[in-house]
Amino acid sequence: MAVSKITETRQYLTFKMEEETFALDVGKVREILDYTNITKVPRTPDFMKGVINLRGSVVPVVDMRLKFNMPAQERTVDTCIIVVEITIEDEQTVLGALVDSVQEVFELEPAQVEPAPRIGTKLNTDFILGMGRRDERFVIILDIDRVFSIEELDIAAAMTEATS
Amino acid sequence: MKDKHAQVYQQEASELLEELEAALLELKDDSTNKELIGRIFRALHTIKGSGAMFGFDNIVSFTHDIENIYDLIRNNKLKVTDTLTGLTLDACDIIRDMLGGGSPDASIRQALQKQFTQLISGPADGQSGGSSDEDRHEGHETTWRIRFRPRQDIFAAGVNPVLLLAELKDLGPCRITALTDDIPMLEDIDPESCYISWDIVLTTDQGENAIRDVFIFVEDRCDLFLEVIDWPTLADDNSYKKLGEILTERGDIHPNTIQKALGAQKRLGEILTSEGHVTPERIHSALAEQEHVREMRARQSAASAGAATIRVPAERLDTLVDMVGELVTVQSRLSQLAERIIDTDLALVAEEIERLTAVLRDNTMSIRMLPISNTFSKFKRLVYDLSKELGKDVRLITQGGETELDKTVIEKLNDPLVHLIRNSIDHGIEAPDIRAAGGKPRAGMVKLSAEHSGAHVLIKIEDDGAGIDAARVRRRAVEKNLLSPDAVLSETEILSFILAPGFSLSDTVSSVSGRGVGMDVVKKSIDSLGGTIEIASRPGAGSTITLKLPLTLAIIDSLLVKTGDSFFVVPLASVEECVELSRADIEQAHGRHVITVRDEIVPYIPLRKSFAIAGAPPEIEQIIISSVGSERIGIVVDQVVGEHQTVIKNLGKFYRDIQEVSGATILGDGTVALILDVAKLAAKAEAETLVPA
Repeated sequence: MAVSKITETRQYLTFKMEEETFALDVGKVREILDYTNITKVPRTPDFMKGVINLRGSVVPVVDMRLKFNMPAQERTVDTCIIVVEITIEDEQTVLGALVDSVQEVFELEPAQVEPAPRIGTKLNTDFILGMGRRDERFVIILDIDRVFSIEELDIAAAMTEATS
Repeated sequence: MKDKHAQVYQQEASELLEELEAALLELKDDSTNKELIGRIFRALHTIKGSGAMFGFDNIVSFTHDIENIYDLIRNNKLKVTDTLTGLTLDACDIIRDMLGGGSPDASIRQALQKQFTQLISGPADGQSGGSSDEDRHEGHETTWRIRFRPRQDIFAAGVNPVLLLAELKDLGPCRITALTDDIPMLEDIDPESCYISWDIVLTTDQGENAIRDVFIFVEDRCDLFLEVIDWPTLADDNSYKKLGEILTERGDIHPNTIQKALGAQKRLGEILTSEGHVTPERIHSALAEQEHVREMRARQSAASAGAATIRVPAERLDTLVDMVGELVTVQSRLSQLAERIIDTDLALVAEEIERLTAVLRDNTMSIRMLPISNTFSKFKRLVYDLSKELGKDVRLITQGGETELDKTVIEKLNDPLVHLIRNSIDHGIEAPDIRAAGGKPRAGMVKLSAEHSGAHVLIKIEDDGAGIDAARVRRRAVEKNLLSPDAVLSETEILSFILAPGFSLSDTVSSVSGRGVGMDVVKKSIDSLGGTIEIASRPGAGSTITLKLPLTLAIIDSLLVKTGDSFFVVPLASVEECVELSRADIEQAHGRHVITVRDEIVPYIPLRKSFAIAGAPPEIEQIIISSVGSERIGIVVDQVVGEHQTVIKNLGKFYRDIQEVSGATILGDGTVALILDVAKLAAKAEAETLVPA
């Protein structure tokens, strides 16, 4: 029986996509932006939405729907970009995640978190830290460093896949 | 506190050591050069003197003896020998060791010291002959007043006076005033005659002959007056002759007139012109002379006082550059705003800010520019050590050391250059006996040169060694499956295989090179600087490796273009011209992507198609013609927006595999535009045409 990797009480930010609620460690979140102009970089996979100007620095944005193989959706007033700080190859990197809407911040004790089910989710289980219980509903706690690892966002590989 | 000072000393001393080494190596070839000996003595003296202040007693006692020797040399009591320079170079290493806090082997130290003492007690003979003094002003900065009065028929000799003036400018800082008072009324003008003459004030250390040489072909078609008006010993303060003195000295006016004019309490120049004694140009020219001499004197006194430079930590400069980068971004936002809100006052302010930002940007960038000579002189030691180690005799010639490059570029250039020089000496230059047998001088030559070429700097590493055998490179490439045996490639393309990872022509591995790791590292670092490498070789005669590097990495001038809703910037350095592409042109080419520009067929890349940008192209598109290597290639965009000062931002790790885009920049309205890498775009397009889809 797998045990959850979460052993301490943490705060989580939740966001929604396709009626599914996801959560990520608030410590990783730098800020939340309204939808802004995104510049697409040519010859990149669809989920690499492009780059934005974050107060003078250029930050890449990933479309989470497309990354999780969900159908694309027109943007709404709720569409926003969660700017996260992740560690890639031992370096701090800033990255934007485009999501349908941001919900709330709340605290979860380790007891309220169950390990990720091995089947039953459409998502790659490697991305999931655990399933948190919140008002009789489950939220998927994401391992954001994993989701945005360099292998996952490898443009060259994704492009070869797309063309083959 | 003491530690901090000691640190400053260590840094200073290691710089002095570098200078010392450079001077020593030069001295080897020019053993009677007084100035070099003086430099060596001073460097040693300073190392010793400041060492005593900070408690580096071992350095003091060690340096003392060497200093004595150079004092003797300075006074012509001892001669410079190769043994001596060799010993001193070894001593440099020991001092460097001591600086680092190490205590070098006492026996080595004593042995060296003993050898030095022997040198002193040895026979002291030989006065070095004083150099003959042919051109009194050569070698000293002297200010000349040059009056160039071409005859009216000078054009008939096919002379363009402007070129002569440009040549003069190369000699040193100079001010040129055109005298136009002889130009007749329009109806009397003969377009084939020259009516203008020039007054030039030039400060140069080249001597009179160099100046006369400029005019050598027009001597009989002009009147040329040359006069020394200022040289260093003359300057005791920054004041120079008064305007009246200059004018009378030049014979433009009679002294009496000056006296009379001075009586009236107004500015002399104004009075003289308003009374018609002398034309405004002549006053202007005299004033220019005054200003020039003052400036030159100020420069000299600043230089001799040693107050001309300040040490600033590099991080502060980097912060400054970042800030200027942000300022440039904000400025372009302001300009865009001013264009939208049509308001004369706002437009005025915006324009002024644009101008100031451009000046500020250029100034800030120039602070970061360093001459490459420091890097070059470091290699003298490398070449000396390597040629000893490999039993070869190699001379390093450097050229263009004054060429300036961005600090970061220079820093990152060091390792690649070390690799390339090592390769040249190890693989290129043959052993002295082989060279002699092949009819070459026993001593090999490695030449390191730098020069400007547009917005790029070319750094060349040339050697007169065996060259690279293209056929052998080809065989190796085929062996390593990098190349199919029947591929048709140009020699340059074949030679560039030596840049491939793990590629080595050497069958044996030496301590210097041959592992095949060097060249791909070189390529990687040059790539990361946005530069290119070109290899040329003549078997038996040597090889030349040319590095083409951008001047700066932070801010560039570029052309802003638009396709669909996307903005792109193209570095202006790679843009040659823009031409229109109409539907008719496309039809004429029968589906091929080529257009005729100035009787030359230029292939083009439609950006919309290449980048899969949605939407239909406009009726008339624009082609940006750029030069890639020796070829011209066009990039088709919807619209050319205009020039743009581009602050280069990195796209980050996730986009590092995207080659056609070298970075991003932020536009005035806050959106991000991508910077196109034209060379990579062309290479990609070429690769895609070759592979049938």
